[in-house]
Amino acid sequence: MRVTFPHMGNLYISVRAMLEYLKVDVVIPPASSRHTLTLGAKYGPEFACLPLKLNLGNFIEAHGLGADTIIMAGGCGPCRFGYYAQVEHAILQDLGYNFQLLILEPPERHISELLVKIRRISGNQSWWQVGQALRFGYLKARAVDEVEAAAFKARPRETVPGSSDVARRKALNVIDRATSFRNLADAADEARTIMANVAVEEGRPVVRVGIVGEIYTLLEPFANLNLEVHLGRMGAEVDRAIYMSEWVNDHLFLGLLKGMRSRKEACAAAPPYLRHTVGGHGQETVGSAVNYARAGYDGLVQVLPFTCMPEIIAESILPVVSADFNLPVLTLVMDEHTGEAGMNTRLEAFIDLLWRRKKQRELESERVPGY
Amino acid sequence: MVMPVKVGIPRTLLYYYYYPMWRVFLSELGAAVMLTAPSTKRVLDQGLKYAIDEICLPIKLTFGHVLELSGKVDYIFLPRLVSVANREYVCPKFMGLPDMVRHRLAGLPPLIDVAVNLRRSGMDIYPAVWAVGRFFSASRIHILKAYRRSVKIWERYSRLLERGLLPEDAMAVIEDRLEKVPLFLENKVCVALIGHPYNIYDSHISMNLIQRLRQMRVTVVTAENLSEKIINRNAARLPKRMYWTLGRRMIGAAFHYLAQNSIDGMIHVAAFGCGPDSMTGELIERQARHCGVPFLNLVLDEHTGEAGVATRLEAFLDMVRWRRDKGVAEGGSQ
Ligand code: SF4
Ligand code: SF4
Repeated sequence: MRVTFPHMGNLYISVRAMLEYLKVDVVIPPASSRHTLTLGAKYGPEFACLPLKLNLGNFIEAHGLGADTIIMAGGCGPCRFGYYAQVEHAILQDLGYNFQLLILEPPERHISELLVKIRRISGNQSWWQVGQALRFGYLKARAVDEVEAAAFKARPRETVPGSSDVARRKALNVIDRATSFRNLADAADEARTIMANVAVEEGRPVVRVGIVGEIYTLLEPFANLNLEVHLGRMGAEVDRAIYMSEWVNDHLFLGLLKGMRSRKEACAAAPPYLRHTVGGHGQETVGSAVNYARAGYDGLVQVLPFTCMPEIIAESILPVVSADFNLPVLTLVMDEHTGEAGMNTRLEAFIDLLWRRKKQRELESERVPGY
Repeated sequence: MVMPVKVGIPRTLLYYYYYPMWRVFLSELGAAVMLTAPSTKRVLDQGLKYAIDEICLPIKLTFGHVLELSGKVDYIFLPRLVSVANREYVCPKFMGLPDMVRHRLAGLPPLIDVAVNLRRSGMDIYPAVWAVGRFFSASRIHILKAYRRSVKIWERYSRLLERGLLPEDAMAVIEDRLEKVPLFLENKVCVALIGHPYNIYDSHISMNLIQRLRQMRVTVVTAENLSEKIINRNAARLPKRMYWTLGRRMIGAAFHYLAQNSIDGMIHVAAFGCGPDSMTGELIERQARHCGVPFLNLVLDEHTGEAGVATRLEAFLDMVRWRRDKGVAEGGSQ
């Protein structure tokens, strides 16, 4: 059994950690690329959402590397994600790729149903081992998120252009290579040091931008055309509404880990704009927009795949949030035809706008006597 | 004499399933129900103006219908249909519809946007019934009676659909607007038409697809002509429960017709920008191909031209007829 799974940004670091901890033979698909997308768009349904097409491309490429088993998360609606595995499998079968499919469905009754499945993948290792593996993967996810957050801060302030991303890559590799808990603690420290050593100009002014939207396009740089890097280099300090460890917690631990910045908090901020969940992270997007506005952010970028249902609902409503809080919002819809150059032009115009508004605000506050 | 409260219902989305029920329930409670007129280009254009570009065609059309009611009624009936069946959803857009409508269309009358969520249990219909009923009556008994009557009517409506009536005809029968049930001609060619009810039965959106097919002497069968039992039995052949109600109905019906060998071809109608259709359509098309049944996929959007559809339809039917005749000839020579 050689197991593969779809890419989503750095998720492979965390999932690889879990599987290899259980001594499962893992095949990581090549990082998503034009080639991946071309494959996915060719064989996938024309109007499927972008992540499905990229998954499909990942699987075909992983097959070339010897993978024979797919492991992925499931779902029970209302969004398309819960049926991804079945549609992808039907397509792969018709193409003659015979994968075995292991889907981690959210259990109907109890988390033990899910654990039993994970244990089976591991060749029935002890419960202790399974638990440790999950914890190991999760700790890696947290370490990865820390690196990302550090990069968000460093990018707009770096003195040598591109240095934060070199450091980021290096730090992520250090985390990826750790094979034991002890190792990982050291690796996380080392990663922190690497990021802290990026030379920055502390006092450089930045604009603050929140990124909200559909989780896959948020987390996968290929799908969002390196949105975060571009924003950072344009002088924006970004924050993201969702981090990878939250996805791991939601999909693999079914939200059992408490104390994380939770989805509930974001959803609670969504009414009166959006009063009901709409699948995916649609309600979170609206709620996070409100929260970013309250936190004094200068602007908001929403990313979503073309035809993404929950995010289209959010997109329909965001203009009202934007008007109520006087917060500019830029929506980027991603599909196989979206180009990086076109996106950059829009980003530049947007960041310009944010700077102008910020300067304007500063001028106005200077004019107020006593300030 | 008090004026009855006027309640508007847009002729879109699950109107095609539930209107007979909603109409009876609301009128029994003393409301004057006002239904929007059938879709036209003007109504759709209105919707296009206010909906965002990327959203699916049926929601754009719904915006148009809702605007038709603006200024004419006291309330707009737009329930939040989260789930209409156990362990299923309709579609994310149904869950967010009232919010989208409220925030994009200014100056509307208040919405009756009570949430209906039967995902866990069919009994959960009662809170929704009370919540809607309370707009019109303080008496629980009165509300319950109205609800019971509405369910009766709805059951009758469903039976008429199963007998092969189109929604509009079945509604006419129920409302005593039609003298007799229309006769069905025996046609040589039978085609299964698979699509969301609000796409295939809206003659503006579907560009008169059903009438067109009938004029071409084609018998049209749809998911609505099958019982839930048949649909469920066939949908159960999927490797995993289909959690979209409309998707389950479309897949169950398509698999049934494909297995029955009683159709000569299948037309799948999808709306541009529809999420679920991209998944269920893929599964249906693959099954049709495995079964060797001629298959036509029509994607409808606001730019689809009537001429284009007519040409594709004719070409498809030519092929269907040709294959049929060839099959008959081969069968005869054995
Ligand atoms: S959230 Fe969007 S991208 Fe993800 S499955 Fe749903 S529709 Fe597709
Ligand atoms: S099922 Fe498709 S057409 Fe219907 S509302 Fe949802 S996305 Fe739109």
